[in-house]
Amino acid sequence: MAVDVAVIGAGVVGAACAHALTARGLRVAVIDRSSAASGTSSHCEGNLLVSDKGPGPELDLARHSLALWRQLAPQLADDLGPAVPPVEFEPKGGLVVTITAEGAQPLIDFAAQQRVAGVDARVVSLAQARELEPWLNPDITAAVYYPEDCQVQPTIATEALLAAARRRGAVSYFHHEVTGLITGKDGRVTGVRTDRADIPAASVVLAAGPWTGELATRLGAGVPVWPRRGNVLVTTRMPHSVFHKVYDGDYFGATQSSDAALQTAAVIESTQAGTVLIGSSREQVGFDNSMRVEVYAEMAKKALRVFPFLADAGIMRAYGGFRPFVPDHLPIIGPDARMPGLYHASGHEGAGIGLSVATAELVAAAITADSPRSPLGPIDPAPFAVQRPSLQAYLEEAA
Amino acid sequence: MSRNVVVVGGGPAGLAAAKSAVDAGARVTIIDSSDQLGGQFWRHLPPERAGADEARLHHDWQTYQRLHRRLTASPHCEIRTRTQIWAIETTPDGVLLTGVQGAPDARTEAPIQLHPDALVLATGAHDRTLPFPGWTLPGVYTAGAAQAFAKAERVALGRRVLVAGAGPFLLPVTESLVKTGAKVVAVLEANRPRNLARWLATAPWKLAGKAGELTHYVGTHLRHRVPYRPGRAVVAAHGDDRVEAVTVARVDANWKPIPGTEKRYAVDAVCVSHGFTPRLELAVAAGCRLTADRFVRVDDAQQTTVRGVYAAGEITGIGGKDAALAEGAIAGHCAAGGDTTDAVIQPAVRRRRTMGAFSRRLDAAHGIRPGWTGWLTDDTILCRCEESRVGTVRRTVAATGSVSLRSTKLTTRVGLGICQARICGRNVEDYLGQLGDRVPAGDASSDHRPIVSPVRLGDIARLADPDTPTTP
Ligand SMILES: Cc1cc2nc3c(=O)[nH]c(=O)nc-3n(C[C@H](O)[C@H](O)[C@H](O)COP(=O)(O)OP(=O)(O)OC[C@H]3O[C@@H](n4cnc5c(N)ncnc54)[C@H](O)[C@@H]3O)c2cc1C
Ligand SMILES: Cc1cc2nc3c(=O)[nH]c(=O)nc-3n(C[C@H](O)[C@H](O)[C@H](O)COP(=O)(O)OP(=O)(O)OC[C@H]3O[C@@H](n4cnc5c(N)ncnc54)[C@H](O)[C@@H]3O)c2cc1C
Repeated sequence: MAVDVAVIGAGVVGAACAHALTARGLRVAVIDRSSAASGTSSHCEGNLLVSDKGPGPELDLARHSLALWRQLAPQLADDLGPAVPPVEFEPKGGLVVTITAEGAQPLIDFAAQQRVAGVDARVVSLAQARELEPWLNPDITAAVYYPEDCQVQPTIATEALLAAARRRGAVSYFHHEVTGLITGKDGRVTGVRTDRADIPAASVVLAAGPWTGELATRLGAGVPVWPRRGNVLVTTRMPHSVFHKVYDGDYFGATQSSDAALQTAAVIESTQAGTVLIGSSREQVGFDNSMRVEVYAEMAKKALRVFPFLADAGIMRAYGGFRPFVPDHLPIIGPDARMPGLYHASGHEGAGIGLSVATAELVAAAITADSPRSPLGPIDPAPFAVQRPSLQAYLEEAA
Repeated sequence: MSRNVVVVGGGPAGLAAAKSAVDAGARVTIIDSSDQLGGQFWRHLPPERAGADEARLHHDWQTYQRLHRRLTASPHCEIRTRTQIWAIETTPDGVLLTGVQGAPDARTEAPIQLHPDALVLATGAHDRTLPFPGWTLPGVYTAGAAQAFAKAERVALGRRVLVAGAGPFLLPVTESLVKTGAKVVAVLEANRPRNLARWLATAPWKLAGKAGELTHYVGTHLRHRVPYRPGRAVVAAHGDDRVEAVTVARVDANWKPIPGTEKRYAVDAVCVSHGFTPRLELAVAAGCRLTADRFVRVDDAQQTTVRGVYAAGEITGIGGKDAALAEGAIAGHCAAGGDTTDAVIQPAVRRRRTMGAFSRRLDAAHGIRPGWTGWLTDDTILCRCEESRVGTVRRTVAATGSVSLRSTKLTTRVGLGICQARICGRNVEDYLGQLGDRVPAGDASSDHRPIVSPVRLGDIARLADPDTPTTP
């Protein structure tokens, strides 16, 4: 039986799309070569941040997403009951600090720009910062508090979105690797080929995370989405000592840079399980996932600048994932003019957990010629369009 | 120029490897996280009680002393105990090991990094205990812990002790317990008499030329009239603050409990061991391929699939200390640049052949069978660090429809605790595998542990400072 929409990829973005599409009554198939949350969405952290985004379309999308997550978290719990653990939605707020004298002013200026765009960004005194985070390095030079920043547990969020979609009839095809698209005589997409079966579908959503670049080229609809490696260190359980999402102002540099070489910045948060997650690194090394102690050492050194007490914390685990990176730092969302029936939903780099739900609204609205449903009102799809000017050169190269 | 060989693990395999590498002219560093060399087999008394009668407590103590003497006497061998290797990575010019040296928890630990010409991994194995209702009650011990306790403290674990599980190592454990004056009410072996008969008939330790250790253990049993009951398993432990009784049932050939056969026994301690889990994390991080039954794959020279990385002992297959000694000797010799055809190594090559056959039989007779999940109840704890229970895990899997091992761990927290899934990893994988098609591959596998043991963040950070000592 043909479905209305085949979604390629069961990461958080694919799961959110399935959720939004089934909410509109569509029949959906979710296809993954592995299984739900097997890619980046289980190798990341779950921050839903406005604090790290300057004014612009990504910030807008993040604000819609945060509003959607606030609604979704309790709704998913109601829909799914106790058998699926809660997504651990926590409106914990973020605290951004700097340690250097030079870092202070840029951080304060950045907050001022964000305030103009409507972000609640409060420059706080060092004493106030230490009240928010008693274990903070007393030598910090500036601090900005962002009450809107939130957190979810990303793997559970992915599984919960998919489970809710499945309750509304979505079907999952795990261990099915997509190898091609089926197209009609008019060139319109009519389904997906996998290594195990063909899945006919009226529309196809490509949500293959960092593998999208590779796969899209294979499907004849190349887009510039590449992996950018990141690592996270996990402490053993400890008494609750880090209360917000806390990070070093250095972090902006890393997120906004396209440099392929290793960059690290301290990003630290507690989880409800009692562990503390310490990130993060950014590196373009393809899909090479071998570990390097040197990277951990840099991350550790920077984390201790923010929270010296963590020197005694035991690190029991480390993991790494591949952020889906796009050269202009904006996700690619919406119809592909080169191939009618194909929609993109990828390239969220280090913010896909947060941005997934508003992305899904844009995708669902495009497919059903409806409008995105967000508590904050309309979302402008134009900045994320596949055929946007900043990606033109890459698309020409792909063709 | 002589080669620089690092041996990780100071058990029988590592000791033998270090000795034969030194004999072959290499410069050797042997590393172990414990206070003293000896590994699982020659576990020492605490230093304040080390004494004359260690020889009496240990089997084949002369072999340990001979190996140890050779290493301490050699100017080309450096012994680093209390040194935990917590990471290994491959670089264009070989492997890089990172560790900490010093007393665990002390601030005086020093980071170390080693870049050897060749590496021998001899990291051994730890006991595997299958969960059953009540298995986390105080008074329930792993066999390894019970034996260590018996040897070190020489105090009886309890007045009525039950030993249960599978494998020939239940016998030496029983012996140690009996020697401390504990009354062992019975030894339960989950496998059926028919499998065992075949295995016992081959008297493996005798084959290996040792003074018939098995006969010796059996002798102890008879002398102390300890009943040995095959085809039975502990299916529940009971008690409020500690174990007071157990339920024992007959199990079928697949270890599935047979309803109606349950019997209750009053006990005050239980020792359980169902086999071993090899410590594969360093080999996995080095990129070594594993065999289908999840041991390190090695060739005739004990070399793994990674050039310059050798493996010996329990990480290549469970075969007891004689197999470990033989494999270690070959690995060390070849890591030092020798060849398997060299005359000096022929006795070890022959012994390895005999012991290899033994370990295959061992597995056939004692390998874990899937029916054990039949004694689990919804209330049984699957992962003791995170206290995840069977029922919660089963319901979450059903509700999410997840077939991903990684995802299931992250949604239910099974296997995410401080023991880094050493205790429960394989049990969780087996249990979830029975619920759907999950494959313990890649970083979903409990063998994947890029941080081998918890390490202080401060010790990691120190590596970013240029004056970290890098030897050799
Ligand atoms: C270290 C790190 C920290 C991060 N922290 C955060 C954070 O705090 N907040 C945040 O919002 N984001 C964070 N991110 C980013 C976030 O994880 C990603 O943006 C997000 O998970 C991407 O989701 P996705 O669904 O696009 O991709 P994925 O989760 O990777 O899903 C893609 C899926 O496609 C499947 N697939 C690929 N090829 C095929 C094929 N041929 N056929 C079938 N299926 C296929 C894969 O198996 C996979 O399951 C972080 C990322 C990293 C690496
Ligand atoms: C209860 C019990 C009873 C047994 N009884 C017998 C018996 O009667 N007869 C018999 O033949 N065999 C017996 N065995 C088995 C025997 O102990 C093993 O076959 C033998 O010890 C295996 O030797 P090995 O060198 O491979 O590993 P091990 O002896 O386990 O040595 C491994 C060493 O590596 C060290 N190590 C591991 N990882 C690291 C790291 N990352 N950094 C630093 N150091 C590390 C460990 O501290 C350990 O000392 C018994 C085992 C047990 C548990």
